[in-house]
Amino acid sequence: MTSSAEDAPARFDVLIVGGGHAAVQVAAGLAGKYEGSVGVLSAELHHPYQRPPLTKGYLSGEVDEHELLLRPASFWEAPGVSLLLGHRVTAVDAEAHVVSTQHGVRYSYGTLVWAAGAEPLRIGLTGADLPGVHELRTLADTAQFKREIGPGARVVVIGGGYVGLEAASASVHAGAEVSVVEAQSRLLSRVTGADVAEHVRQHHLASGVTIELDATVVGVMDRGGRAGGVVLGDGRELAADVVLISVGIRPASSVLADAGARCSNGVEIDLRGRTSLPDVYAAGDCTCFPTEDGARMRLESLQNAVEQGDVVAQTILGEEATYSVVPYFWSNQVNLKIKTIGLVSGHDETLVRRGPAPGSLTVVYLRGGRVCAVDAVNAMKDYVDARHVLGARVDPNLVTDPTTRLRDAFRPEVAGHGAA
Amino acid sequence: MTKITFRLPAEDRIVSGEPGESIMQVAVQANIPGIVGECGGDMSCATCHVYCEDQSGFKRISADEEDLLELADAVRDTSRLSCQLKLTQSTAEVTVEVPQ
Repeated sequence: MTSSAEDAPARFDVLIVGGGHAAVQVAAGLAGKYEGSVGVLSAELHHPYQRPPLTKGYLSGEVDEHELLLRPASFWEAPGVSLLLGHRVTAVDAEAHVVSTQHGVRYSYGTLVWAAGAEPLRIGLTGADLPGVHELRTLADTAQFKREIGPGARVVVIGGGYVGLEAASASVHAGAEVSVVEAQSRLLSRVTGADVAEHVRQHHLASGVTIELDATVVGVMDRGGRAGGVVLGDGRELAADVVLISVGIRPASSVLADAGARCSNGVEIDLRGRTSLPDVYAAGDCTCFPTEDGARMRLESLQNAVEQGDVVAQTILGEEATYSVVPYFWSNQVNLKIKTIGLVSGHDETLVRRGPAPGSLTVVYLRGGRVCAVDAVNAMKDYVDARHVLGARVDPNLVTDPTTRLRDAFRPEVAGHGAA
Repeated sequence: MTKITFRLPAEDRIVSGEPGESIMQVAVQANIPGIVGECGGDMSCATCHVYCEDQSGFKRISADEEDLLELADAVRDTSRLSCQLKLTQSTAEVTVEVPQ
């Protein structure tokens, strides 16, 4: 079958662009309730799968590819929904309500949902295109990386964020020799505070990972047509068979921006998932949404993708739904299970609590005297209790006393001061 | 293969699962309402709560699972997170009740 520009494009009443958690959540939210046709265009070749386990259970071998599937094949064979794999949308004509793909295939829509996610940030290193240099965003990326991190492999991870550290942990577990190179003066600088970062660093060091802080990478060395190592900013060379570049992601918003959608740090949406273009919604990692204080933020999180996907589906169905954010995050590294509630940013005070379990550390972040986030490392009770104290005033003496449960650390609101 | 009966408010749904799969995974794949499994089984969300009377085919509840169950509604003695109920060869059938 061929498709030419003259053919009338296939039409979907709702066309979802993307194949990740947000895209699937919209499709699942519409399934069985929405009368019209739903199309999902995914750039990837795999059926939609869970992304968080890629660098956790999948890389460590505890979870296989089949277990990653977000929905069974039968979900995508149901009447009314069509999943089209290998379709990367490269242009949107918002006025004509038509998208076109990398192969020039066009689809028209009644309503468009942009859930294209994010792409690994590329920092223009020389040698970044050599075999042996990896990035980790998709299942295909991760499968390739997994094949190369066996015993004796020398792995250099550029970037000490969650993805880089989870990959470092899996690599050292697989028997590889691992170095992490981080440009900032500590690990995890974008996502958590200094106490947790140092705790994580100590545990990685104890597991045999080498960590270089305040270290930049100027290029990847070519050894016989493959990655042979990296050159650091101070001139040192780190030999490597495998180089992972994991320095963050950028939202996949440029196609929608070219179509005229208002974009800043991602596609700007309102609390119901609407973009500035008519009949175009967006959800997930690619979006930038309004916060209570009138600013905007973008979140790289599963919870955000799922809840925004829910809101968009409900809005399309004509139900009243708005998005409110209490994000949670988790990461498994070496022998640490790190769980976070809230956003670790803008805090002016931190309280540290050390429980009895090995590797246990909890940090409570306060802004203006109220809890804005909690990091709980190997501390499930504190993670659970964190949801009770979020937004509340707490007594520092009780918070830092591990014999008191965190949920019992409330400080009574002072009477007579009104709504503080 | 294990025959799993999901007891829902309006009906029973019977689905089969393979050894190594968790009841949460089977439920999500079968679109069982009320079992979300948002975090994929990494014990971060408590959205796969079920009641399971006969737990003899499963590992006993861990301290972490017990703690995380506090986030679920209407917890009973038989409450489990279904992501922690892993099927084995030896379990021929099991019944779980989906809360609410």
